[in-house]
Amino acid sequence: MQVRARAVNRFALAFRLPVIVWQGLFFLGPLFFMIAMSFFLVKNYRMEEAFELKNWARMLTRGYVWDSYWYTFGVAGLATLAATLIAFPAAFALAFRVSEAVRRWAIFLLIIPFFTSYLVRTFSWYVILAESGVINAGFGTVGLGPYTLLNTPIGTVVGYLTLTLPLVVILQTVALANIDRNLVQAARNLGCPPRRTLFAVIVPLAKAGLIIAALFCFILSFGDFVAPYYLGGSKPPTLPILIIDTTKSGQQWPRAAVVAVMMMLTLFAIAATSIWLAYRRRSSA
Amino acid sequence: MSEQVNLTRRSVLAMTGATALCAPFIGRAWASTTEINMLAWYGHGEADIVGAFEEANNVKFKPKYYAGGDNMLALIAQSPPGTYDVILSDAEFVQQLNAAGYIEPLDANDYPFDDMLHDDFRKFPGHWDGDTLFSMMVRFGHLGVSYNTTAISAEEAMSYKCFWKPEVKGKVGHFDWHLPSLGMMSLYNGNGAGLWDLDDAEWNAVQETTMSLRPQVGGFFDYGGTFNSLKNGEMLAMCGIGDWITGVLEKDGAPVASVIPNEGGIQWTESYCIGKDSSKADLVKTFIQYMLSPEGQVKSAQMAAYPGNCITRGGRAALVAADGAEAERTNQVDGNPMDPIALINDGRIHYRDIPINQTLEDWNDFWSEYKNA
Repeated sequence: MQVRARAVNRFALAFRLPVIVWQGLFFLGPLFFMIAMSFFLVKNYRMEEAFELKNWARMLTRGYVWDSYWYTFGVAGLATLAATLIAFPAAFALAFRVSEAVRRWAIFLLIIPFFTSYLVRTFSWYVILAESGVINAGFGTVGLGPYTLLNTPIGTVVGYLTLTLPLVVILQTVALANIDRNLVQAARNLGCPPRRTLFAVIVPLAKAGLIIAALFCFILSFGDFVAPYYLGGSKPPTLPILIIDTTKSGQQWPRAAVVAVMMMLTLFAIAATSIWLAYRRRSSA
Repeated sequence: MSEQVNLTRRSVLAMTGATALCAPFIGRAWASTTEINMLAWYGHGEADIVGAFEEANNVKFKPKYYAGGDNMLALIAQSPPGTYDVILSDAEFVQQLNAAGYIEPLDANDYPFDDMLHDDFRKFPGHWDGDTLFSMMVRFGHLGVSYNTTAISAEEAMSYKCFWKPEVKGKVGHFDWHLPSLGMMSLYNGNGAGLWDLDDAEWNAVQETTMSLRPQVGGFFDYGGTFNSLKNGEMLAMCGIGDWITGVLEKDGAPVASVIPNEGGIQWTESYCIGKDSSKADLVKTFIQYMLSPEGQVKSAQMAAYPGNCITRGGRAALVAADGAEAERTNQVDGNPMDPIALINDGRIHYRDIPINQTLEDWNDFWSEYKNA
């Protein structure tokens, strides 16, 4: 029996090994290198290995770094909230109100935007958000506007939603579609009104999926460079823009690594909290 | 009519063998085209500039594009010697290239110094180390007020003050590079020829002036963003650029223009260097000579990515003959009061440099603060 168990373990390991090797080589390796690089120094545009706290001291004491940090956190959080709220009715309809065939088609259509480059999709918003664009033309017909939508935080959030909304709808749909219908039916049979069924039965049952969808939205938005640069006008810059600015000026990759590590730590904290919230068991009273 | 082809194991093996035997000859035929590795701003390795030279000399350019001198220096620093055969540098960074030993000396006798449109171009700052030439200037352009002609009048555009005009609040853009924008603010503060040589008080004043512009600013853009925002009217004035961007839009019919205001303008200057340890130095020399020839100068002036002014008399004459409209549009006509050469002679143009009393880091730090304000 022991020999057989060992053979099974080897078999399982052989299948797991590629993922472990991949993660080690292309995630953990670069991550450790990035952390190490944040202690390096730059002399004559060339990085020199060192273990100095100068980069950390410099970046953490600059007001603009913290301004960027809180702005990025806020605008990514806003996009996450918006995506979650906008996606939910659509996901609910796809999970509960349409046939299996319609749901499959809808999910296929939600995947289609990913066939096109995100940069191209972002640039297409110029035509819509510009002062002479489609939205302002619509406002113009009722005597309103034009409003400045490009190069504002609104533009940034629109860009983030372009990136994340289809994904959030798909993840929410999957979460809602996997709910045991008998539990929903039981609640209704016991006289629970629709709204209460939604908030007391459906949302708690789909909680893990809904939180994971929001988490993905936050992670993608927090690290996105394209939307805040091209639709937000880099005004103010988010952390990914700050990283680019830092590397462009004097090739301060170590200082950019400090910002990147700050971002990673933030995302680890957010992900850990989200997973805890998603999978914690409700304490029995 | 159709003949069936029977693929037997023997015929497949025979074809594979034949292909394998031919491979070295195919390789040799390709190898006869020499590859030249180029490090340059976007557009310099494109067919409209190098196509004719490639054809005539059986070479193929492999361009690597950068944005900004810092970026260029870093790319070279991180590559082994000999990686780049030809390097296009902003003039203010040539000295640093030379100091770091990244470029080969040039023989001044190989280039048409007698044909230069301006004396300064013969001994351009930073291009010589004593009597040794290290970089050859090929084109230049001027930075000033770039504006939408429907929002700002030509008169108003004659001062950087127009950036503060209430009607363009939220519509002033910045090209996202601290050097030209802060240089312009320094000129607006009246620092003139000393725009890069700022003591503490002058530097503080430049920062104050720049910060006062912040409420007017609608965004910070790269090349594509600058181009788009001016084209679609999102930005009505742009700080940090010049005809190198508005020229392309103007030719497209957009209501934009660039002028050198009364406070003065900044000159960007691009120069070619031969990369250290390049094995194709002779070919690169021929290429630089080509770019300085009348034909090369016309191509540079008409460059699709961004136009640049001719630096030789021969080049200017060829441009007037080949594309009089472009010569007229860019004032590259002798006797025109806005002729770029006349502007230099009038003392209204200052060559772009790096800060003398502050570090680039100081300027970039302030730029980041400014963007966040």
